[in-house]
Amino acid sequence: MKFDTPATTNPIDRMKVVGQPVDRIDGKRKTTGTARYAYERNDAAPSAVYGYIVGAAIAKGRIERIDFAEAKAAPGVLAVVTHENAGTVAKAQAHTARMLAGPDVQHFDQAVAIVVASTFEQARAAAKLVRVTYARSAGKFDLAAERSAAVKPKDGKPDTAIGDFAGAFAKAPVKLDQTYTTPDQSHAMMEPHATTAAWTGSKLTLWTSNQMLNWAVRDMSKTLGIPKEDIHVLSPFVGGGFGSKLWIRSDAVMAALASRAIGGKPVKVALTRPQIMNNTTHRPATIQRLRIGARKDGTITAIAHESWSGDLPGGGPETAPNVTRLLYAGANRMTATRLATLDLPEGNAMRAPGEAVGLLALEAAMDELAETLKMDPVQLRIVNDTQVDPESPKRAFSHRDLVGCLRTGAERFGWNKRNPVPGQVREGRWLIGMGMASAFRDNVTMKSGARVGIDKKGVVTVATDMTDIGTGSYTIIGQTAAEMMGVPLDKVIVLLGDSSFPVSSGSGGQWGGNSSTAGVYAACSALRDSVARKLGFDPTDIVFEDGKVKSGNRSVSLAEAAGDAGLSAEDSIEFGDLTKTYAQSTFGAHFVEVAVDSATGEVRVRRMSGAFAAGRILNPKSARSQVIGAMTMGVGAALMEDAVVDKRFGYFVNHDMAEYHVPVHADVPYQDVFFMDETDAKSSPMKAKGVGELGICGVGAAVANAVYNACGVRIREYPLTLDKVIKGMPPVA
Amino acid sequence: MKAFTFERAKTASAAAAAAVRTPGAKFIAGGTNLLDLMKLQIETPQHLIDVNGLDLDTIAPTSDGGLRIGALVRNTDLAADARVRKDYGVLSRALVSGASGQLRNKATTAGNLLQRTRCPYFYDTTKPCNKRQPGSGCAAIGGFNRNLAVMGTSDACIATHPSDMAVAMRVLDATVETVNSAGQTRAIPIADFHRLPGTTPHIETALAPGELITAVTLPKPIGGTHIYQKVRDRASYAFALVSVAAVVQPDGRGRLAFGGLAHKPWRVEAAEAQLPKGAKATAAAVLAGARTTSQNAFKLPLIERTIHAVLEEAKA
Repeated sequence: MKFDTPATTNPIDRMKVVGQPVDRIDGKRKTTGTARYAYERNDAAPSAVYGYIVGAAIAKGRIERIDFAEAKAAPGVLAVVTHENAGTVAKAQAHTARMLAGPDVQHFDQAVAIVVASTFEQARAAAKLVRVTYARSAGKFDLAAERSAAVKPKDGKPDTAIGDFAGAFAKAPVKLDQTYTTPDQSHAMMEPHATTAAWTGSKLTLWTSNQMLNWAVRDMSKTLGIPKEDIHVLSPFVGGGFGSKLWIRSDAVMAALASRAIGGKPVKVALTRPQIMNNTTHRPATIQRLRIGARKDGTITAIAHESWSGDLPGGGPETAPNVTRLLYAGANRMTATRLATLDLPEGNAMRAPGEAVGLLALEAAMDELAETLKMDPVQLRIVNDTQVDPESPKRAFSHRDLVGCLRTGAERFGWNKRNPVPGQVREGRWLIGMGMASAFRDNVTMKSGARVGIDKKGVVTVATDMTDIGTGSYTIIGQTAAEMMGVPLDKVIVLLGDSSFPVSSGSGGQWGGNSSTAGVYAACSALRDSVARKLGFDPTDIVFEDGKVKSGNRSVSLAEAAGDAGLSAEDSIEFGDLTKTYAQSTFGAHFVEVAVDSATGEVRVRRMSGAFAAGRILNPKSARSQVIGAMTMGVGAALMEDAVVDKRFGYFVNHDMAEYHVPVHADVPYQDVFFMDETDAKSSPMKAKGVGELGICGVGAAVANAVYNACGVRIREYPLTLDKVIKGMPPVA
Repeated sequence: MKAFTFERAKTASAAAAAAVRTPGAKFIAGGTNLLDLMKLQIETPQHLIDVNGLDLDTIAPTSDGGLRIGALVRNTDLAADARVRKDYGVLSRALVSGASGQLRNKATTAGNLLQRTRCPYFYDTTKPCNKRQPGSGCAAIGGFNRNLAVMGTSDACIATHPSDMAVAMRVLDATVETVNSAGQTRAIPIADFHRLPGTTPHIETALAPGELITAVTLPKPIGGTHIYQKVRDRASYAFALVSVAAVVQPDGRGRLAFGGLAHKPWRVEAAEAQLPKGAKATAAAVLAGARTTSQNAFKLPLIERTIHAVLEEAKA
């Protein structure tokens, strides 16, 4: 099904099942431990042995020698695989660094070898006996030092310019020119990267934790030089990804090599926490300069956003300025994205790449501008709303209700109680402040397919290689099929995460929910047509409801229609030019109250409230869970997350969950989430948009703005740790 | 983790004797720190002596009005003990500010005193660390040392001791009781129990090889207002950037001990005379001789600010 004109009325609009806050249908399996994750596939791959990856001890250089004789002779050891005996291990295009080092080492903890043994303990102990001799060479690890050497990245749109920014900025009566920095961050999802791999002859099966199965097949094919048809990937349950599992990583590649080395027997590999931080990808640090010129009434006349980030040679930038291209009006504007070479582990996508860190800078700058203007920060944003793409005014937004979010959010939060003068509200030792920020994330759509069948009992089964990374895909796909086929949700079976199923959008970039359900919509439409054909019903006058197919005065149960042989249809949704002819984005507004300890500078978030406009909300319960999770992650970005680079050795030092801090329960207060009641017919037949990443966008800036309002300390280097807070506080005695 | 042999000790002195007899032996109780370190091969004992079966898990009054805490009393039980909560509140508060409920259920009193540092380079076997591998150097000096020591450091080591409990024990003038392989007991004042790094940062306590902690005793209660203020990067489950254990008397005199500053719980008795003069004077006396880095220098003003907060709270 081609989607190239706005959706009209369709069966989803009935909202009998879609749009209802139903519990996740995979919830029982997850809470009873019967949902099996990649490392737990004893059912499918019994008697697996264990692989343990040896990572590079240097950040850059060459492996001169690997001596694994002692490791090989250790108890239980079955094989040791290195670049010298692995066979073909090519670099897939999606990877910046190779999944197996040798002879060159490209970053610290890049896989150098895998030790395979009968037990996990034997493999781990023997891994310590692999002796690697390196020739270390100097590397670049300091973004600030490499900033001046940064270049235009070859992909994307590194430079944009409309009107005369420099002239307008010079003339603007009110100006802001500030630089903000954001640190490297780690995805820190709950389930580590993990794979069980087995070979049967030339056929490879991977039970792995992955967001995008089609990419996994493609990249494994390229890496090992084997046909795609010989690779079967299963990933029915994923314990979080946040972008770190968009592509196969060393766990999958090394498990496949390890299994091949022992004759195809299943091998399990899970990365350790330290390996997750230095062996895989991370969100790159940025340096961002914001310049905004405005009239005294707050109208922005000039806006510029420049960003510098780094990556390994061949890698890409953090596209922080993208958000500024679309969020606010302003006739004169420019953005610039620059990329430095750094020899740190690969930088790549993490939940809302671009926007998440871009808004940390832009929305803090807007707060500073509002203060200079003596204007309410909400009002400043309303004044600068735009209903068209500011770079190309003929291109309207498909649907944009940022202003509705701002007004609704402000009211729900009680924004009118905020004292605009910092440091004025005190409760004992605590200084109380309120802050806000806009939320913005592009709505991306991806081709997505599914197969839907009905059996003789009237049970509907959906199969698609879509993944559920904790987001609720199982449930909204089930709801979509139930709505389309007119059956209750408990009459739908949803099968996901198998590369033998029709190719879906996969999960990433908040495109999965809308795209994959639209694919199911397409397949259900095809199935409805074939039911109509089989029954001789007029396909333009047909209703699927209560487990029956009705047309005119005829009514046949779905079970009867399917018959003994059942009925099945497969289709995919393909998106046309609507994302080009219209700007498609999701919007929101965050409001946060914090308390700052006037003595110690500790910051505690007391209250969070957000209003969001993201098209039709397919399941308010799972959507809310996505948003509160993202808001929590945004608190982490604002206050604590910081993968610290040791610039001498070139690696992330605080590489475990004790030292790389993410929020714990005690850090997260009551979170109020409100969804605007809207649909976006230009987004898909579901009239939905992405919501999984919107919640993290802007929230960190709202926290930072609240900290400023509480104590008057403006911190432009994230995270806002207490050492930075007390530096700006008055003495206590 | 390297393969190891294992035995269950029947008596405390037998455990000590086994430790002396067996090369590379270590005691294990809660294992909340040791097992993690063994998995990373930072600790590589060849033999573990399980002391969990020893009869050292009770809290009893002492003849001079104090409290004797068995070495195996779990952190959760110690924090919840009615006598501790009533007379030694600073200890109860320090305990519950540390780790998580699950860890406190396993962790023991003696094991808490013997925790190893959380310096990230100690945890990374690809980097030099004089504490892990004597003579290899210190990667923390010149590296990421935001949360490392500012007092009593040496050119060999700037690690901190991570315990909260030990800081409260220090302010309470606790005594560590031990037994050795010959069955001889001794009592070590907490002030002398942990060592500064000097040139031998791998030697962290006054314990002789094989010597086993049997109890920690607290002197009779000293009254006053008990406060444990832990300052950290998130609301829970984080090690202290700094912490202050305080017992403040109604006349403004009192005692202070500090976590997050040094290789041992830090206390400067002479500085306590400055308490009536306020936080600034007290902090200056506590922090005399501080050696900071650009990353951890904030601990100095933070200590002053935290002492101020504690004194204000004591007054309230």
